[in-house]
Amino acid sequence: MAPAGPSTPTRIRVAVAPYLAVSTRAFRQFATYRGATFAGVVTNTMFGFIYAFVFRAVHDEVGMVGRFTATDTTTFVFAAQGFLLMTGAFGDRDISDRIRTGDIAADLYRPVDFQLWWLAHDHGKAAFHALARGIPPFAIGLVVLGLPFPGSPAAWLAFIPATVLGVTIAFAIRFLANLSGFWLLDVRGVVALVGIVQLLLAGHIVPLYFMPDRIQAIVRATPFAGITAHPVEILLGARWGGELLAIYAGQIAWLLILLGAGRALLGRARRNLVIQGG
Amino acid sequence: MADRAAPHLGPRAGRQALTTTVEAYLLLASARVRSDWQYRTSFAVFLFASLVINVFDFVGIAVLFTKTETLGDWSLDQVAFLYGAAGLCFGIGDLLVGSVENLSTKIKDGSFDVLLTRPVNALVNLTASEFTLRRLGKIGQAAAIFAIALAVNDIDWTPGRGVAVIVMLGAGSVIASATWVITASIAFWLINTREIGNAFTYGGGLAISYPVHVFEQWLRVLLTFIFPLVFVSYLPALYILGIDSPLALPDFLRWSSPVVAGAMVLVATRVWRRGLRRYRSTGS
Repeated sequence: MAPAGPSTPTRIRVAVAPYLAVSTRAFRQFATYRGATFAGVVTNTMFGFIYAFVFRAVHDEVGMVGRFTATDTTTFVFAAQGFLLMTGAFGDRDISDRIRTGDIAADLYRPVDFQLWWLAHDHGKAAFHALARGIPPFAIGLVVLGLPFPGSPAAWLAFIPATVLGVTIAFAIRFLANLSGFWLLDVRGVVALVGIVQLLLAGHIVPLYFMPDRIQAIVRATPFAGITAHPVEILLGARWGGELLAIYAGQIAWLLILLGAGRALLGRARRNLVIQGG
Repeated sequence: MADRAAPHLGPRAGRQALTTTVEAYLLLASARVRSDWQYRTSFAVFLFASLVINVFDFVGIAVLFTKTETLGDWSLDQVAFLYGAAGLCFGIGDLLVGSVENLSTKIKDGSFDVLLTRPVNALVNLTASEFTLRRLGKIGQAAAIFAIALAVNDIDWTPGRGVAVIVMLGAGSVIASATWVITASIAFWLINTREIGNAFTYGGGLAISYPVHVFEQWLRVLLTFIFPLVFVSYLPALYILGIDSPLALPDFLRWSSPVVAGAMVLVATRVWRRGLRRYRSTGS
């Protein structure tokens, strides 16, 4: 071996470059849909207000729910609306569409890791949605309803890694749902079902702390709770110390399981895959 | 053939145009149903998914009532009545004209031009050719909740209240359908803004599943004067369930839904026609 090979930092840069490129392109791709972004913000904000008023009416009757006040719940609702697109809660069929058309064959031939490639794509998209679809409904809700800016600096610091983990868990679940396209002709039903389960269990239809204790314990153990509910509760300052560590641990454990399952399923599909035509 | 292609040229033009429109809708819709039926498994999976989605939708309301006995002084039974009525009306609206929301996509990719060259009203063509019975999932679930709500609520049944239930569902479906057409027509003015309509169709359907007096005033005004969705469920429900609203509204509003439905049809027709006249194709 010649000693003049590329240095380790260069090698890392070369290895990471394609994924970084995919991320930035995905970000820019979504940044071009300005009309759609504006329309989406209007809709998310509207839903935020409807839910916020309804849940506030519950707080009016019973005071605090668990350890959460009416202000917490309102903040939760607008944050959760902001999480919707970032965590792909309405599902996507990017991968399964390519399976259906056969374009997947080209994807599998690329000298990059298939799962990491799509993860990079998803993170680029999520970064755009965090800025364009996440912050506006949240900001509008807080300003219109005159709520205090939530979270201490420490809470924001704890919130950010939990959010990145949540976005990645959501990706890992959608990756699995999309791969079902290798076996099913029509994945739309599967994707829609996974989407609605996510909406309910991640806390978009109702905050998890409104659920009866026993059901809540089960829901919180699912990977979906780590997508939206847990990060937002961290932001509200409701999860510290042991609870915070338990949330991180649960998120990481589910992430490893789900990404691992995705890899295993992809390996299986790759072995069975027959590309037609030529 | 000729008079079907140009109904406005025939005698008794108005009535004939209407029957031709309805006939065209039924013809296109039944063709679509037959084509869906060719993929029975896919259809069944979808219908099942749609049922589960809608059941989950009600779980949200049921969860709230595990914490509280009443919401804005209404019981779960009473809110279920609102939810069932709103769900049925918006479900029927979605079934009949919901596909109109594809207008935005069709204008963007130019396929709306193709519809304009056909000898059938463009609105009929747009809504009927994408008619799908999969949307029965929503209607089925809402109908079940509504039936249960009728049984569990202590309703003082009179002939007037019986008629009011039917009028509520009829007028409500018309108001919901008109809302769909009006919000979809925004696409004639603003490209690629399909989701704005969802704020008022799906968002509106969600809002009027709850007693609207829990909302702040600006939202109530929006739901009364801009998109008068309070006439779909809340106001008729006050009469049918025999309860007073803390908003102290005049009584005649409880029976005004058919008038509002008529006005909404006029507005929807005007907005659609204006949009259509303004449309110049996106070209490329």
